[in-house]
Amino acid sequence: MRAALLITHVRPEEKLLLAAFGARGITPDVILDRDLVFDLTAGPEQYAPSGVPWSAYDVVFERCVSTSRGIYALAVLNSWGIRTVNTYRTAVTCADKLLTTLALTRAGIPQPHATAGFAEDSAMRAIAAVGYPAVLKPVTGSWGRLLARVNDHDAAEAVLEHRFTLGDWTQHTIYAQQFVEKPGRDIRTFVVGNRTICAVYRDSAHWITNTARGGTTSNCPVTDELDELCARAANAVGGGLLALDVFESPDGLVVNEINHTMEFRNSSAPTGVDIAAAMVDYALTLLSQPAAANTEATL
Amino acid sequence: MTALPTCPTCDAVVPVPADVVANELISCPDCGSDLEVVSLNPLTLDLAPDVEEDWGE
Repeated sequence: MRAALLITHVRPEEKLLLAAFGARGITPDVILDRDLVFDLTAGPEQYAPSGVPWSAYDVVFERCVSTSRGIYALAVLNSWGIRTVNTYRTAVTCADKLLTTLALTRAGIPQPHATAGFAEDSAMRAIAAVGYPAVLKPVTGSWGRLLARVNDHDAAEAVLEHRFTLGDWTQHTIYAQQFVEKPGRDIRTFVVGNRTICAVYRDSAHWITNTARGGTTSNCPVTDELDELCARAANAVGGGLLALDVFESPDGLVVNEINHTMEFRNSSAPTGVDIAAAMVDYALTLLSQPAAANTEATL
Repeated sequence: MTALPTCPTCDAVVPVPADVVANELISCPDCGSDLEVVSLNPLTLDLAPDVEEDWGE
């Protein structure tokens, strides 16, 4: 069995994954995304930076912190029929909040009301449609960066003027989400395949609860309701190894976002679940399936 | 014994974990710079790449 771990650099998560592979007698080739060169008009017999043909890999585990590099690498590898975790389809959907919302809508998953507009006037109407306060998010991005809670029309106008004047084109798609009143916390769940293996509460006095922004974690029991919701949502975006952000809204649980290269350094200790081990075991279970089952219909 | 690497920003000696791996990110305890282990033998540190807009999880 030959595996590759595709990374930007080694964070605590990648170190845990390397240890989990090692515990199973596997030493994956570590490939840096900065070293990638793909001949897009040739096939998988070309050599990876590790010195072996890409076709030699039974599975490539994508853990790039660089979203663009990870997505394009998955596109290439899946187009060559190489098994990956996650797939291009899953990654490209989760990396884009607008596409995630569409996928969840198609699957009937409860989520905050969300709208989109592409010019200042129409974006103001999109924001008004979700009502104030609203949350404006870049369609791509992570770690709670550039989120804006706008409490009224004037605040929305100010944010949009800045986005359209100072932002590049990626800031000109205005994605507005209903602000959800939550009990000082949200829930981060970890889905492996069709199962929610664990979850944490992320408590914060700030309305942004990301641990990257100072949120603290504690164990959250995985109820049948939470498991069923998260498994359905994960499958809606293509499935795999995913971390979901769930709000306890006054109307029940709603799925806020889904992350496809999740961080979990703060979550194994409070839950007592070896998340890295579960992730590696999932990747190994894929080996019993034809690669086509993982890569087909992904592009 | 392998000499401990120094920080490329402040020249402080930077302790590394016993199980350090190539391309691991660590912080300088003196100046707080984010550093990347660019070589294990000899242990060498460089400034970690700046966070880019598309970085995340």
